[in-house]
Amino acid sequence: MLKNTLMTLVLLVMAYLFYGLYDGYELRDSLSGISEHFATKGAEEVGAANLVTAVVVTYRGFDTLGEVTILFLTASIIAFFLKLKDEDFEKTIEHRDTSELLETASKILIPVIFLFGIYVFINGHLTPGGGFQGGAIIATGVALMILANPNIKLNYNVIHWVESISGVSFVIIGILGILLAGGFLDNKIIGLGKFGELFSAGAIPIIYSFVGLKVGAEISNILNKYQKSQKEL
Amino acid sequence: MNSELLYIIIAIVLGIVSLALSFVAMLNKKLSVAVIAAGVVSLFASVLYILMSAPDVAMTEASIGSGLSTLIFFYVLNKIKRSNA
Repeated sequence: MLKNTLMTLVLLVMAYLFYGLYDGYELRDSLSGISEHFATKGAEEVGAANLVTAVVVTYRGFDTLGEVTILFLTASIIAFFLKLKDEDFEKTIEHRDTSELLETASKILIPVIFLFGIYVFINGHLTPGGGFQGGAIIATGVALMILANPNIKLNYNVIHWVESISGVSFVIIGILGILLAGGFLDNKIIGLGKFGELFSAGAIPIIYSFVGLKVGAEISNILNKYQKSQKEL
Repeated sequence: MNSELLYIIIAIVLGIVSLALSFVAMLNKKLSVAVIAAGVVSLFASVLYILMSAPDVAMTEASIGSGLSTLIFFYVLNKIKRSNA
């Protein structure tokens, strides 16, 4: 009884809060304040054809660093609570036979998925997507790899080093922005280049490649650890 | 039929189906069914994001929401079942 009353109360409070949002909403014809600046001056200041990337990597680059840090913390906490030992990475897991279809299809699909992920994060400043999306796509490729062959041995050292080096390079590029350009994570440390080409928008493609590699390595690491934490039959 | 009306119809159908599937995810007694239903909700949500012209959010939702988190849920489910048995 008490539980139901509390639930109704919580729902009513939420309804009140959302009603406030709904009530205060009005259609606008023009952009306001800072979004106006981003939309009109963004292409000229940052040189990225994809305005979302300009905001995420340059104007709000510090937030992106925060997101990457949160993902790193998540991976660390998962590793802490799974309590894997060294021999867990060596053991073979008995599993039902994977289907012929999955095995054959994965051989064709995995390179394509990796290539697509790399394409997404290298072209983050031109087309939709970017480091996080590309990294997540690469991690789905790793997931398919693990599903097709549950006893696959991913090279743990490679994942670890890729992740660390990308993280450190991301911060170093950010600090170079303070020394050579206008501030932390400013992309003007190298020339902006021609608008709309692959090598344009200054440091954005480099930063996004590092973010993509870091996110991909981190999520693959999480998947690998969950896979190894399964007990033997 | 003009394309705007078609967009609205697709969006409403997807919204209703994902609402129904989220109820399945909450109320179903079998956890594996619930996990699959939650994954399908994410998949439909990613289609909705594309309709609202946010392809980058759609990419994240499709790969993390319906791909990786479903897999991780199954790993955790398997681990819990083994340690309870």
